[in-house]
Amino acid sequence: MATTIPIGPYHPLQEEPEHYLLTVEGEEVLDVDVQIGYNHRGIEKLSEKKTYNQVPFLVERVCGICSHSHPYAYCLAVEDCGDLEVPEKAKYLRTLIGELERIHSHLLWAGLAGHFIGYDTVFMWAWKYREEVLDLLELLTGNRNAYAMMKPGGVQRDIPRKHLEEARPTLDMLKEKSEMLYNAVLDDPVMKARLEGIGILDEEDARAFGALGPTSRASGIPNDIRSDFPYGVYEDLDWKVITRDAGDVLARVEVRLLETLESIKMCEQIINRIPDGGSIDSEPKEIPPGDGIGSYEAPRGECFHYIKSDGTNRPVRHKIRAPTFMNFPTYRSTCIGETIADASIILASVDPCYCCTERAISLKEKDDVNLLELSQARTAEIKKELGLELSPLEEVLDE
Amino acid sequence: MTWTSWGISKSPWLYHVSTGSCNNCDIEVVDCLTPKFDVERFGGKLVGSPRHADVLMATGSMTRKSKPRFKRVLDAAAKPFIVAAVGTCASSEGIFHDAYNCVGPVRKVTKDVDEEILVVNIPGCPPRPEAIIEGLVNGLQKLKEVQQ
Repeated sequence: MATTIPIGPYHPLQEEPEHYLLTVEGEEVLDVDVQIGYNHRGIEKLSEKKTYNQVPFLVERVCGICSHSHPYAYCLAVEDCGDLEVPEKAKYLRTLIGELERIHSHLLWAGLAGHFIGYDTVFMWAWKYREEVLDLLELLTGNRNAYAMMKPGGVQRDIPRKHLEEARPTLDMLKEKSEMLYNAVLDDPVMKARLEGIGILDEEDARAFGALGPTSRASGIPNDIRSDFPYGVYEDLDWKVITRDAGDVLARVEVRLLETLESIKMCEQIINRIPDGGSIDSEPKEIPPGDGIGSYEAPRGECFHYIKSDGTNRPVRHKIRAPTFMNFPTYRSTCIGETIADASIILASVDPCYCCTERAISLKEKDDVNLLELSQARTAEIKKELGLELSPLEEVLDE
Repeated sequence: MTWTSWGISKSPWLYHVSTGSCNNCDIEVVDCLTPKFDVERFGGKLVGSPRHADVLMATGSMTRKSKPRFKRVLDAAAKPFIVAAVGTCASSEGIFHDAYNCVGPVRKVTKDVDEEILVVNIPGCPPRPEAIIEGLVNGLQKLKEVQQ
C-alpha cells in the first residue's frame, strides 16, 4: 500500500522552506512532488522601479550564496543591450570574485552533503575551510557575502595590489585542504557506500530535462557557459571543464570538489595577470532602447537574465531564470525507485536553491484570496502610512 | 529567576525558520554552529522542531505564503521563547518594503499572535555570526529580566 510522506515546509533538512511529497511503498519511493512558493518576493517587479545602477544591489538579494552570479548576469544583459565596453581590469576583478564565490559555494555544498547523510565530520571540516574563503572575500570586497562589486560597464571599486598579494597564502592553504578533502571523501568507505550508484541521472535524461551546471557535467555533458559562451577573462585562463560519466551522487560530489581545485588554479592565474593601472569602469551614460541577454555560469549552473530597455533609466522588463529551475525536475528521474534514506541526499544533490528559482507565484481564485482586492488593500495601507487621502473603496477595504 | 529561564540562558536551543529569505542569513545562522564561531560553547544547538526550541531564528521578509506557516510555528513553540529576527529583511523589510508579496517584518506578525512575544532584531545584510551571537545573548538577558 502506498503511503504519502510530507516533508516540510519547515524541516531540519534544508535551510529554505519547501514542501516535498514522497509517495512510498515500504522503503521504496514511488513518486516525488515539490511545492515551492514560500520564497517568492517579487524581485522582477521591484527591479522595474529601480535605475540600472540600483538593480545590481537588488538582484544580489535574489540568492545569498550566489550573490555575485545574479548581478554579473544582469550586468552582462545590460552590456549586451547597450553594447557597452568593459575595461580589462574590471573583467579580471569580476572573474576573481566569481571564482572565489564558486569555491565557497562548492565547499558549502560538500559540507551540507556530509550533513545530509549524517556524517557531520565532513560538514564541520568543509565549513571550517569555507570560513577562510569568506575572510578572503571580506578582505577583498568588504563583506563576507553580498559583495556589491558589480555595476553595468565595470566594477564598483578597485582592489589594491597589496590585498591581492595577501590572498596568495590563503589560496595555497585552500589548495592543500581541498585536495585533502577530495581524497578524504573519495577514500572514505562510508561516503562511497552511501553515495555510489544512487540517484543516477543518465545522459539522455539530463538532456531531456535540460539539466545545467555540475548536475549535467556529472552525467557526462560538458555544459559550461564559461567555455561555451565565454565572458570575463576565461578565454585567457588555463583551465578545463570537469565531467564525469557515472551520473550518480558520488560523481556530483567529485565534479564539485574538482571544480573547487580548478577555481583555485584560476584565481592564482588572475592574481598574476591582473593589470596594476587602468580604469575599472567605462561609466556608461545611457542605455538605448532594445533588449539584451546575459548568461553566467553560477556555481549551480547557467544563470540567465533578460533586460528590455525603452531608452529611459530603468529596465521595462527584467526576467531571471536560475539554474535550479532546470535542475529540480530531474528528481523525477533520480529519486523514483530509491529508498527513503537515500532520497534526502538525492534531493540535495542538485544543490537546490529555491530562493533563486521562485520568480512567479499564482494566487488561486478562492473565496479568501482576490488579487485585485489584495493589491488595493496594499495601496490603501501605503497611502495611510504616507498620510494621503483614501478613496471611498480603499476606506472600506482598510476596515 | 525561574528554573526555566535559568535553563534557557545556559543552553538556548535554536530553531531556524526561514520566512522568505535569500539564504544568506540562513547560512550565517548555520555558520554560527561551525568550528570558527561554535555557538555550542554557550550551549546553543540547532533543533529540528519548534516544540524543542527556546529561540526561533526567523530570517527573511515575511512572504504571503509563509506568514500563516510562521504563525503556526509560533503557536507550536514551547513558552517562554524569544524570536530573533535575523537580518535587515526580518527586522524592517529593507529593500523589500514595497514588494507586493511581502507582508511586513517579523515583529508585525508576532504582534498579531501575541503582544508579549519578545523579538530581538539583528540587522545586517547578512549580519555577521558575531552579531547573531550578540543578539542572542541580549535577547536571553531580556528574557531573564522579563521573567523576574
